[in-house]
Amino acid sequence: MTYMHIGKDFTPPDIEGKVTGAARYAEDFRRDGLVFARLLTSPIPAGRVVSIDASEALAMPGVLGIFTADDLPESKPPANPALAKEFITYIGQPILAVAAESEELAEAAIERIVVEYERRPFVVDPLDTLVEGGPDPYPMGNSLIRTGEAAAGTTASGTGVGQIKWTSDQVASFRAGRFPTGASFPEEWMYGDVDANFAQCSTILEEPFVTIGYPHHSLEPRTGMAYWENGKCYFHGSLQSHTVGHDALSAMLEIDPANLVFINENTGGGFGSKIFPYPTMAVTGRFARKLNRPLQLRITRPEEFYIGSARSGMQGWIKIGLRDNGRVGAVDVAIVGDAGAGGGASGGSAAEHISIMYQPEAMRFRGMSLYTNTAPRGAQRGPGQNEMAAVLSPMMDKAARQAGIDLVEFRRVNAPGMDAKVGSRQGVLSSSYYPQAIEQVATLFGWEQKKTLPRQISATKVRGIGVGEGYHSAGASGYDGLLRIAPDGKIYLHTGVGNLGTYSYAGVLRAAAEALQCSWENCVVVHGNSDLHLPHSTYQGGSNTIFTETRSSHVAALDAIRKLKTIAAAQFGGAVEDYSIGGERVFLTSDSSKGMSYGEAAQKAIELGGELSGMTYPEDIHRTTQRSVQAMQGTGLIGVAKDTLPKSGTAPGFAIAMIEIELDTETGKFDILDYSGVAECGTVIHPMGLRQAMNGGGVWGFGMAAYERHVYDPQNGLPANVGLYQGKLPTYLDVPLHMKTAGTDMPDPQSPVGSRGIGEPAQGCAAAALMSAISDALGGHLFNRTPVTPDMIVNHIAQNSFNTGDLKTNTF
Amino acid sequence: MGFSHAASGFKGEFCGRVYSLIKGRSWITLVVLIKCSSLYTTCLGRLSQPVNPKLTRRRFIKGVIASGVAAASTSLWYTASGQSRPAGAVERLLTISVNGQTRRVDVAPQETLAHTLRYKLGLTGAKLGCNRGECGSCTVLADDVNIYSCSTLTHEVKNKAILTVEGLRAADGTLHPIQAAFIQELSPQCGFCTSGQIMSAVALLKSNPRPTREEARNALSGNLCRCGAYDHYLNGVMRASGQLS
Ligand code: FES
Ligand code: FES
Repeated sequence: MTYMHIGKDFTPPDIEGKVTGAARYAEDFRRDGLVFARLLTSPIPAGRVVSIDASEALAMPGVLGIFTADDLPESKPPANPALAKEFITYIGQPILAVAAESEELAEAAIERIVVEYERRPFVVDPLDTLVEGGPDPYPMGNSLIRTGEAAAGTTASGTGVGQIKWTSDQVASFRAGRFPTGASFPEEWMYGDVDANFAQCSTILEEPFVTIGYPHHSLEPRTGMAYWENGKCYFHGSLQSHTVGHDALSAMLEIDPANLVFINENTGGGFGSKIFPYPTMAVTGRFARKLNRPLQLRITRPEEFYIGSARSGMQGWIKIGLRDNGRVGAVDVAIVGDAGAGGGASGGSAAEHISIMYQPEAMRFRGMSLYTNTAPRGAQRGPGQNEMAAVLSPMMDKAARQAGIDLVEFRRVNAPGMDAKVGSRQGVLSSSYYPQAIEQVATLFGWEQKKTLPRQISATKVRGIGVGEGYHSAGASGYDGLLRIAPDGKIYLHTGVGNLGTYSYAGVLRAAAEALQCSWENCVVVHGNSDLHLPHSTYQGGSNTIFTETRSSHVAALDAIRKLKTIAAAQFGGAVEDYSIGGERVFLTSDSSKGMSYGEAAQKAIELGGELSGMTYPEDIHRTTQRSVQAMQGTGLIGVAKDTLPKSGTAPGFAIAMIEIELDTETGKFDILDYSGVAECGTVIHPMGLRQAMNGGGVWGFGMAAYERHVYDPQNGLPANVGLYQGKLPTYLDVPLHMKTAGTDMPDPQSPVGSRGIGEPAQGCAAAALMSAISDALGGHLFNRTPVTPDMIVNHIAQNSFNTGDLKTNTF
Repeated sequence: MGFSHAASGFKGEFCGRVYSLIKGRSWITLVVLIKCSSLYTTCLGRLSQPVNPKLTRRRFIKGVIASGVAAASTSLWYTASGQSRPAGAVERLLTISVNGQTRRVDVAPQETLAHTLRYKLGLTGAKLGCNRGECGSCTVLADDVNIYSCSTLTHEVKNKAILTVEGLRAADGTLHPIQAAFIQELSPQCGFCTSGQIMSAVALLKSNPRPTREEARNALSGNLCRCGAYDHYLNGVMRASGQLS
């Protein structure tokens, strides 16, 4: 299909601000009378606040007040409280905030506050709390239980803390890489006859595995600023979504959503940690109200480590069976997830990755989510799927090698195609061109040629090549689209999508420009400030913006087109169906001289009123959109609609990568010589944007596979690598000098422009390919964990006893 | 009771070390009174798993020192080092050159250049990603050399010409070649590291107008990008230096 805009590069409206310094982030905003708040955070991993004596601090000139848990509604475990009192569950947890006339004074005031704590037992490794007699991270237990309806991975109401214990024999057996007979798992699903299918398999592999969580470390710390005027709260914040969090933030501030103005044009990264409003935002907004002053709550880099969310960890066991033809016959997997001090683990989505990428004939998953006294966890780029992709890839390689099948051929044989099934319910996909992606990347990388290259390069250098696959569901539906055609002919495309850095907020609006057949130069993107009248748009996580929001943009455009034709028919006679659009005009198809420009039609819409100018609107649109339409009434032709287009099955995002490394056997370090990645995300709507997503995801993948991890001291509960370099985020020197990426560019039938999302699989495929390549360079050795650090590699080569098989989580 | 009474043996010694470490730093923010309940001792005694044999005390303490000691994380926003901060230090009027203009500004002795630029001169292009010399998002030029403005005292650079991202455009509004190339290559993602990347790239091209890609990546390696847009930034540098068409 030939498009005007889809599949073409464009200059996103915000990019100039990013290169000139004009783009403003939450912390760049100041206001007359601004006061500065800072947090006092917990020095202990578990316990409670016995008393707070702030008298000395409050007596300091310029210190304006403190804000504690008593100023907030009570929060029940495992909800992550904005400020802790009865339940301190990790070091670095905010206890109180102090505000002063200057930031320096606020810091000085914190030094004068005396907090008395009572300690409780703590634990940093899930298996240490799982074992009978082991300490619990909360006084009431160690595990997430569902007490009602709540979204997975959230700490919303509907969750509670329960207790799960295994015998020490069961834990020992799990650590030793065996399934713990008789052990209980609160989560379980199965499809097919697992035992019968294993019986038909000629290759059986049984392995333990560990994946370590790590902080998001979005480069912009989540500093926020709020002020109140005439009962309204103006909030400068940093979220990766925009309007979808509006009601939640209003609830945190206990105000009517109509009285919240949320301003957030730019966001310095989120990666899942800023999908919805986070607890400290309640402190910023409420403390500002309490003091009746504009207030900024700064979050520092170390604080970002603690409260900026982190990936959950996994300790697991897996059994894989292959049939003679290389098909995966059966998989049995058990996962203990580390949910940190709050949030949820991702075992279920990890299992989902296996179910889709290898299409086992039968599969069983058993899992649990355990708390530890470490930083709270939350969604991080492909939570579950990506770490499973990474740790699984070398295991699948081992199975394929045992079965005598080439690693890529093995992926081909098991590839999810159009008829693929996903997850416990074996649901269907909206479409899949994944087999094509395999061929494309094999050509781009030159797999057939590279696999014949000698592995030994020199006395101390070995080569490894690997392949990895990533998957995430990539699309939702049901959100609203909103646009306005003004009498001057400008087309204002409103979006409530956040600006998380991928330019998708603008890219998806091009679906509206496409339908309206208008020039992009004539469009104005309206976003980033709820006072600008934005629609209820999707949450931005789960790789779903592109699929979801091209749909809502499209339906808004269809509504506008219908109205344009209605106006023209009223003017020139005939039926609506007799009219066409083109060249930013609406005209009688049989006589194009009978028509008017979009601007003229917009003027008519104002005169005619009713639904044409937003005086009335569809009942099914969200109340956020309703408010926005009300504010825009009578200012032009309003296109507004909820996406009710047909949707069935899961819209998938797939990616596959191949990597060649050169590994130094003396240092354990390696260089990535070749990175090739291919995305299967339907039609490519923004080629440069796709490269950005694939390359950025690739860098995240290298971090997961080789660098980033939490390290907590099991004796004191202290984290040892709070900073960026210790973390450690990949730098320019850790990534290849060139990265090659492409897309299959085949349309998904459930998107009006054929597109789906890709952000998350972009990481999973890279992490998995790198793990596969490291293993290949070391003769197929399995570390059974992520990350694999140079230390581990050197120890393995030196045949030291560093044992990765006992599921240790905190390795130094 | 203090930390040092918390437990015996290794743990007690360790806590003692942390405590003295804390006491030795005047910027430590809070007084911690640990109610040393028997619960705590019990909990430590209960950890049945042997710790990693490779975890030596020396090694771990090194890690903790490096991590800045969790409990102390709230402080240290204004000072560029852990030195004691004289309360109510007097600001002095300085004349500094920023983006070709002479600016007069009151500056405290311990004030960082990032602070002066962002909060006194309104130049918020340089960002504070870490405020501790790790990320490079605060990079500006001082006499054409790229520096971390979060880790530079304003008084130190009073005789140098400071250039920030806001000063790159030509007088007629034309973007600097690096800025234009970064737009063409869609280099920024979230944009938070971008002004730092730009300033390091500008410094590079001033000293080496036609760098190889390898040289460019070395020159920019002090600038982290959490979004992982490295490939695109390097493309931008190569384009700006006329090596990519
Ligand atoms: S803010 Fe200066 S290096 Fe990070
Ligand atoms: S573009 Fe987001 S940190 Fe570099």
